[in-house]
Amino acid sequence: MTALLDVKNLRTHFHTTSGVYRAVDGVDLTVHAGRTLCVVGESGSGKSVTALSVMGLIDAPGQVQPGSEIVFDGRDLLRLPERQLRSIRGRDITMIFQEPMTSLDPVYTVGYQIAEAVRAHNDVDRKGATERAIELMRLVGIPSPERRIHDYPHQMSGGMRQRVMIAAALSCDPKLLIADEPTTALDVTIQAQILELMKDLRDRLGTAILMITHDLGVVAEMADDVAVMYAGKVVETGSVTDVFNRPQHPYTEALLQSVPVLGMSKEHPLRVIQGMVPSPLNWPTGCRFAPRCTEAFDRCREELPPLFTVDDQRSACWLCETGARGSAGVEEIYR
Amino acid sequence: MMGYVTRRLLIAVPTLVGVAVVSFLLMRLIPGDPARVLAGPDATAADVELIRRQFGFDKPVLNQFLDYMGRLATGDLGRSARTGDSVLAEILARLPYTVMLAVLATLLAVLVGCTLGVIAAVRREGLADLVLSGLSVFGVSMPVYWVGLLLVILFSVNLGWLPAAGAESWQGYILPTVTLSFFTIGFISRQMRSAMVETMEMDFIRTVRAKGVARWAVVLRHAVRNAALPVVTVIGLQFGQLLGGAVITETIFAWPGIGRLLVESIGARDFTTVQGAILIFAVALILVNLLTDIVYAYIDPRIRYD
Ligand SMILES: Nc1ncnc2c1ncn2[C@@H]1O[C@H](COP(=O)(O)OP(=O)(O)O)[C@@H](O)[C@H]1O
Ligand SMILES: [Mg+2]
Repeated sequence: MTALLDVKNLRTHFHTTSGVYRAVDGVDLTVHAGRTLCVVGESGSGKSVTALSVMGLIDAPGQVQPGSEIVFDGRDLLRLPERQLRSIRGRDITMIFQEPMTSLDPVYTVGYQIAEAVRAHNDVDRKGATERAIELMRLVGIPSPERRIHDYPHQMSGGMRQRVMIAAALSCDPKLLIADEPTTALDVTIQAQILELMKDLRDRLGTAILMITHDLGVVAEMADDVAVMYAGKVVETGSVTDVFNRPQHPYTEALLQSVPVLGMSKEHPLRVIQGMVPSPLNWPTGCRFAPRCTEAFDRCREELPPLFTVDDQRSACWLCETGARGSAGVEEIYR
Repeated sequence: MMGYVTRRLLIAVPTLVGVAVVSFLLMRLIPGDPARVLAGPDATAADVELIRRQFGFDKPVLNQFLDYMGRLATGDLGRSARTGDSVLAEILARLPYTVMLAVLATLLAVLVGCTLGVIAAVRREGLADLVLSGLSVFGVSMPVYWVGLLLVILFSVNLGWLPAAGAESWQGYILPTVTLSFFTIGFISRQMRSAMVETMEMDFIRTVRAKGVARWAVVLRHAVRNAALPVVTVIGLQFGQLLGGAVITETIFAWPGIGRLLVESIGARDFTTVQGAILIFAVALILVNLLTDIVYAYIDPRIRYD
């Protein structure tokens, strides 16, 4: 497996008047070519900021800290000049967002907005770009695209708008598609349709996907690999089967058991993670999960654990320093 | 759209009636006997009495009012007590000058104001923003007559580059236009800046950037286009301000427009002309606001398709 995207020690901080928000504070993750990595974590754990950092869309007061690396296709994006970055952004790496209702410009037709993505990276005239836009709309399952290219966003439903977003994102055959909670804002039935569409397109086009979600059901549905984020860091990574069957980090374990559908059985009743996510203004010292962890001991509260390799997984828990930890996973994965 | 325009024009009728009533009453409230002013300082009491009867000033105010409204209903604005000419003819003769001045000042204000606002928003919190914000505060807080006099002193008296009065040459248009647009430039640039800052934070801007579109295109194609929507409404709303400024500007620059006609007629207690001029201003205000609403509907598809 070749790494398409390799993020190493990514730290993105926001310098505000109320202090420094260390929203992303040492994230390591890898997306392999043609595979889907799901990033899961509670809200506020830094998932969106990680994605925007990869896209190079972090604005002041946010700043990617020196020492971070975002290696895409062998090149460190953080060392590229803006011009070259822009030619990668929207062509090789594209992104779709959580809110299809507000993510499209209300004063332009959807056809124009798809064609705009085509024209940003291809030397085509307006007519050629429009034809490509129709083709893309057909690809993402929008009925009668010749007519609907003239629609404005407000004339479409949330699901249709998200299809438009996907169409624009696929316009230049990207190597990597980043999807930041693309179904969270949609109705359940529409969610399923969009996930189905994304799976179908991935299989047909071979695009690698970095999918952000806080929904473990979506992970079960989509992921090849998983990265679990907590408090600005990745605490566990591995293949979806490994992570679901043998979670190595107590946070992952707790997360799996807090979802009714996935973790419930007589031996493992539904569990709630006690306490609250800490603030990025003031992360706890030591392991950031320690204050909420039922297995924490003295060292956890003093020293930040690195990612230990456990078989094919990696886990940032002191209990994994000397190998696999006995843990309760989820036997049945709903796929 | 035609139905909408007709409806708006019908709604305008009661407004205009209200304006006619109020302007009529206001003119009776200001002190000064119109017959005496008209007759001049050397006139005999008999002369004054003659003039009073001739123009119907001797009749009870209620009768005068009913007469006036009755004629107005037939489209007759009456005759000027001062010149004896038809008020409508006088207004029509001067209208082009005022319209030209207002249109030029609005164009200049929109062009300069929007440009400054966009620059300030793009260079937010930078030096340009600071300087431009200062300038626009200056613009909105300087009284029109003060701006006009300063410009005359600088460009006409000291430098001698531009005429201080009159509309005979195109150079004569420059100082009145700049004077009249001064406030509106400051006003529009502030509105545009805040609309731009708000728009640049919106989700769809991030989407456009994620497509790899160049920054200038993000700003011009998407941010400006969206930020212009609220500003268009604002331009219509401040048109009343602009007309008020036009009265003062025309007086300073001896401009042969309706604003100066209004001031002269007030001085001469020429009731019918004053009322006619005010009515024309009201019509202009209503039309401009209708126009901005139409423009708004045209550039905002969410309204166009409802
Ligand atoms: N523009 C910003 N200014 C200050 N802090 C920010 C900004 N954007 C994000 N953050 C901080 O980053 C944290 C993580 O945000 P985010 O990545 O959106 O979380 P997630 O997507 O996992 O829910 C937030 O809790 C917030 O404190
Ligand atoms: Mg998020």
